[in-house]
Amino acid sequence: MAYLTDLKRAVGMGSARDGTEHHWAMTKSSAALLILIPLFIFTFGPMLGRPHAEVVAFYGNPFPAVITALTLVVGFMHFKGGVQALLEDYVHGLTRKILILLTICFSYGAAAAGLFAIAKIAL
Amino acid sequence: MADVNRGNRPLSPHLTIYRPQLTSMSSILTRITGNALLLGALLVVWWFLAAATSPEYYAYANGWITSWFGDLVMTLSLWALWYHGFAGLRHLYWDTGRGLEIEMAERLGVAVIVGSVVMTVLTLLMI
Repeated sequence: MAYLTDLKRAVGMGSARDGTEHHWAMTKSSAALLILIPLFIFTFGPMLGRPHAEVVAFYGNPFPAVITALTLVVGFMHFKGGVQALLEDYVHGLTRKILILLTICFSYGAAAAGLFAIAKIAL
Repeated sequence: MADVNRGNRPLSPHLTIYRPQLTSMSSILTRITGNALLLGALLVVWWFLAAATSPEYYAYANGWITSWFGDLVMTLSLWALWYHGFAGLRHLYWDTGRGLEIEMAERLGVAVIVGSVVMTVLTLLMI
């Protein structure tokens, strides 16, 4: 070990040209959510608890439907990245890989289910 | 790079030996709120799926989400959204290289906590 050169130890460990994608992806989605979440809160909030017909009529409008669709997609992708960072910090080995895969499947699944629902209501 | 002392280097901070500080606690809370929002998010998706399914199933899901337990989850989720949002805003500010002095970081921590509670109350009053 003591005979390894600095170059030998660095080769194969990745270059400095990448490695920031995750951070930049979280930055982009967080900026989007700063706009989307308040819009979602103030469209979804008043509808919670309302009669079915009123809810269906409200989400037939383009604005709340598009806000909801965007919030669910961007929100669950942001969630996916955040949970992945959590798992990378606290879980190791094969368990980590399996949990990250499950997180990815789950996030896309939840976003798709939400998109299906909002499309069915709106159209 | 030349250090060969691998495997015997300082490890990441052991949280349990540190006195809780505003900066560390507000940071940990950011992660907790972000991950805990899963529950509220799934309830919201369920609510939309129910509305897309039938009036009867909507009444069931809506009744569940507006029960005392549903109200509790949704209210805490609302606070978690504001908290995570303000804490995220703080991170975006930090990412520009500003506000990293301890005094400023602590002031921002107070702002995140107070701001999230105030916005939660205001939101509940408005909707």
